[in-house]
Amino acid sequence: MIVSVASGKGGTGKTSIAVNMALSIGNVQLLDCDVEEPNAHLFLNPKINQTQLVTVSVPIVNEKLCDHCGKCAHFCQYNALFVGSDKVLVFPDLCHSCGGCALVCPKEAIGEDQHKIGTLKLGSTDDLELVYGELEVGEPMAVPVIREVKRHIGKDKNVILDSPPGTSCPVIQTVKDSNFCILVTEPTPFGLHDLKIMIQVLENIRIPFGVVINRAGVGDNRVYEYCEEKGIPILLEISYERKIAELYSRGIPFSQQMPEWKAKFQTLFNTVRKLVNK
Amino acid sequence: MKQLTVLSGKGGTGKTTLTASFAALVRNAVVADCDVDAPDLHMLLHPQIIETKEFKGSKLAVIDETKCTGCGLCRKKCSFDAITENIKVDPFACEGCGVCTIVCPLNAIALTEKISGHAYISKTKYGFMSHALLSPGESNSGKLVTLVRQDAKVLAEKEHADLILIDGSPGIGCPVIASVTGADAALVVTEPTMSGIHDLERVLRLLRHFDVQPFVSINMHDINKDNTAKIENFCRKNGIAVVGKIPFSQIVTEAMVCGKTVVEYSPRSEVSKEIKNVWDITRRNLQLDRD
Repeated sequence: MIVSVASGKGGTGKTSIAVNMALSIGNVQLLDCDVEEPNAHLFLNPKINQTQLVTVSVPIVNEKLCDHCGKCAHFCQYNALFVGSDKVLVFPDLCHSCGGCALVCPKEAIGEDQHKIGTLKLGSTDDLELVYGELEVGEPMAVPVIREVKRHIGKDKNVILDSPPGTSCPVIQTVKDSNFCILVTEPTPFGLHDLKIMIQVLENIRIPFGVVINRAGVGDNRVYEYCEEKGIPILLEISYERKIAELYSRGIPFSQQMPEWKAKFQTLFNTVRKLVNK
Repeated sequence: MKQLTVLSGKGGTGKTTLTASFAALVRNAVVADCDVDAPDLHMLLHPQIIETKEFKGSKLAVIDETKCTGCGLCRKKCSFDAITENIKVDPFACEGCGVCTIVCPLNAIALTEKISGHAYISKTKYGFMSHALLSPGESNSGKLVTLVRQDAKVLAEKEHADLILIDGSPGIGCPVIASVTGADAALVVTEPTMSGIHDLERVLRLLRHFDVQPFVSINMHDINKDNTAKIENFCRKNGIAVVGKIPFSQIVTEAMVCGKTVVEYSPRSEVSKEIKNVWDITRRNLQLDRD
């Protein structure tokens, strides 16, 4: 089973819930898909067994063959090529690696080069397997790095995907193909607003979901009313506690110091499994 | 005219809370909400929309079923797995590159422009605001951020504003890059947690990469004093100004529930005093004469 953890709004507790749930169940693989700001490893101190470069294909122009007709730049939807009167400029960070420029070049002057956009890390702790990616600072495109992280999804594992915040393409890339999505929110107007956008995303791509309310007790009741009105299951509530916030600040998964939470995270995972099998 | 971007790397550290209070404190600024896929600033500033624009940020392949024979060449050549087994376009996977349109032997595929969000020009009680909403799950948020900033710039020039105040999004990817390039400075809002520190370090590297001057504000500094000291040390060593430390306060959430900025909801509170202080120092660092 593949379970993604997403939120819309940042800082609601996605990583905390993904990590604590991962530590409470067996046979787990945790994939941190927030490649812009990966944090799960900070709570787990994994042994890194393997590091791989993540590259994307970008065009390389053979100026000897090129007659500067400009068809490649005309075709490119992302403005990744500029054809001057005697030189072609390639902008690798705008390229989406579709390969179209090479297909339209009448002189077969365009080949493939590799451009580094990130690093993939495969690690483990006593309890779990961790895979995460790091987008190279200054590179704009997270999606190919997320794709690379997800290529390492193991078969027959309890797979947990920690999603980046937001509701755009990196989030879609993370949550698609998951069997269920846990939406982590906080009972505040910002939390609810971004939760609603995220629910639209999941309804569009038809992924079943439920809500975890973090920092319960702060804010207001509108998120509860919304879930009730829409028939959205509230899977777990985590009350705001200074102790949890402090443990978080030190990079300690709170279920390790507050063992009563282990059972609650197991129940969360089992509830998700039941909802998936229904 | 100056441009200040409020950033964080990590989400939920208080970017929007600070931006909204700054908007209430500053005179003669245009506010731009550049968190286009999860915008929240409007819930505190209550903009009245004056103008709405459609955002056509990306294209989508459309297959003419009357011409398609299902040969599957498009599926084979698509780099984004956006053509399904039964030769349909998956709109959430398609990146609008157009490769399928040129490989199709029957010319059955065309690219169409799609509306992937809206941009707004609005008025708030503090001045003009440029903002947007990306349609759920869309791509090209960077382009929409650029549009929001262009609109803000036009407004700022027309109004002779001194400042464009930009609320950024979490992360360091395309929308964040689009919200910082060409800005005069960035205020990075961090928190004294392991995640906050890790993400701060990456966002500071991003700012160095794009040559934007950073300032740092430590929110909820009293949650972990050791980590706060670490952040201060790190900033000192790297010549980065820490412009303030804001305490954890329930008032921040209370103000949000009431749809108000913190400095208006509870002007005399400790947290408001600190926010005003952060703004004063930031304003001086930016050399804004009027305020």
